[in-house]
Amino acid sequence: MPKLPIYLDNNATTPMDPRVLETMLPYFTEKFGNAASRNHPFGWEAEEAVDYAREQVAKLIGADPKEIIFTSGATESDNLAIKGVFEMYTSKGNHIITANTEHKAVLDTCKHIEKLGGEVTYLEVKADGRIDLTELKAAIKPTTVLISIMYANNEIGTIQPVKEISALAKKHGVLFFTDATQAVGKIPVDVNKDGIDLMAFSGHKMYGPKGVGALYVRRKNPRVKVTAQIDGGGHERGMRSGTLNVPGIVGLGKACEICMLEMEKDTKRISAMRDKLENALLKLEEAYVNGSVEHRLPHVSNISFKYVEGEGLMMGFNKNIAVSSGSACTSASLEPSYVLKALGLGDDLAHSSLRFGLGRFTTEDQIDYTIEQVSKTVTKLREMSPLWEMYKEGIDLNTIEWAHH
Amino acid sequence: MAYSEKVIDHYQNPKNVGTLDKSKSNVGTGLVGAPECGDVMRLQIEVDDATGLIKDAKFKTFGCGSAIASSSLATEWLKGKTIDEAITIDNMDIVEELNLPPVKIHCSVLAEDAIKAAINDYRIKNGMEALRTDEKVIH
Repeated sequence: MPKLPIYLDNNATTPMDPRVLETMLPYFTEKFGNAASRNHPFGWEAEEAVDYAREQVAKLIGADPKEIIFTSGATESDNLAIKGVFEMYTSKGNHIITANTEHKAVLDTCKHIEKLGGEVTYLEVKADGRIDLTELKAAIKPTTVLISIMYANNEIGTIQPVKEISALAKKHGVLFFTDATQAVGKIPVDVNKDGIDLMAFSGHKMYGPKGVGALYVRRKNPRVKVTAQIDGGGHERGMRSGTLNVPGIVGLGKACEICMLEMEKDTKRISAMRDKLENALLKLEEAYVNGSVEHRLPHVSNISFKYVEGEGLMMGFNKNIAVSSGSACTSASLEPSYVLKALGLGDDLAHSSLRFGLGRFTTEDQIDYTIEQVSKTVTKLREMSPLWEMYKEGIDLNTIEWAHH
Repeated sequence: MAYSEKVIDHYQNPKNVGTLDKSKSNVGTGLVGAPECGDVMRLQIEVDDATGLIKDAKFKTFGCGSAIASSSLATEWLKGKTIDEAITIDNMDIVEELNLPPVKIHCSVLAEDAIKAAINDYRIKNGMEALRTDEKVIH
């Protein structure tokens, strides 16, 4: 019996690796200097730590340390990339292309751009969650300044055809930005091999601290510039002012280093457990994986259990197992996940989904316990579900006139 | 969001889950909600022809814990009542009993709708006029 509760929501956030914490600790107390204090040892010490972290971060993604801008996290990085490019390249155009399965930090930023007079194309995705490259190509116009497509999706783990997207962008002289929050540290990401011009990522999704992230901004072929969104002392090459979060940055650096060294080993172990969990749960009738199975992060599984509602399902075990549901029965609109709906899933399937996010600290006995608990609850709730009864009687639910409310 | 103890209890030990024979003239069935909205309730009552009292009530619900608890509680309350008494059950009584937070009030509304739908089904089957029910706005 594993120790409870079990954490399987690693796409929301990850626990910090104790080795990361250990590296950070001195920078809260004795090494507290301001990295911008150039005239005494306290500042030098902090600056040195930041420089080292910048190297660790750059190394993980195949970048030059000078191309790393530290931020407060991926949301800020998304804002800086999109708004910063939009403002910097106004003379070239005002059109941005993105997809409707992007994170809210990208979608809402794009909506803001529209209010500022920009034009945004929201691509639809295919049933597997990936964008259609022909549609992307068709959407590019002379005024297009940026393509913003995430590396991997937070809800379903689907990995986008990043290399193909960047090739198209390059061919048309358009910058390519990717929100890689879910991918960096989990799968190999290389800004040069992948042809990325700007990339956002975050510490707390890769066993690092919350409140720190980075934006990669390409310096060569082409040299990319973004207009600062936070003005002040001109930190981070003028692109992001504000006293550097030295302990956070040190932690992000260490987290990147560990990910780089242990990714291969971790991925092998985690994906085997994910597959075990998924295969066992798919043995339940009418259970379906959402998003691409082939192009997917190794630690994510998003499954719809037809005829049971996700929130009700979670209630069966959420004291002991932390997962996430695509159903939001708490909002006034009762809207299920927009990502799942974008895949073309009916609202009923979208309401019936659970996201399992495994991680570095997930163990085999936790997976066994989860399989047992989830299977038991699905079966119990189906016994209680009028829809399951109708399905078993061979009634087509689409022929029923539901009283929509 | 934390659920109240009563909701958890109904969820873990739901009362009166099941199916009554809907072809019987003394059984009224109400099916409300929609799969797309994330909750569907089916509530059934069986009326004793001699006494006019609801002698059995069953439910099946697709929905969140609060929806399951609301329908489970409704079946408990229905038993032993006449249909005239049953029609007076108000969703706010359910909200109060289960300590439902504002975002879950729609679950209680759905349960009230299910009660009314079951009663009307019974009334129509037995040659009575369907009662007009005012639509609740909190959905």
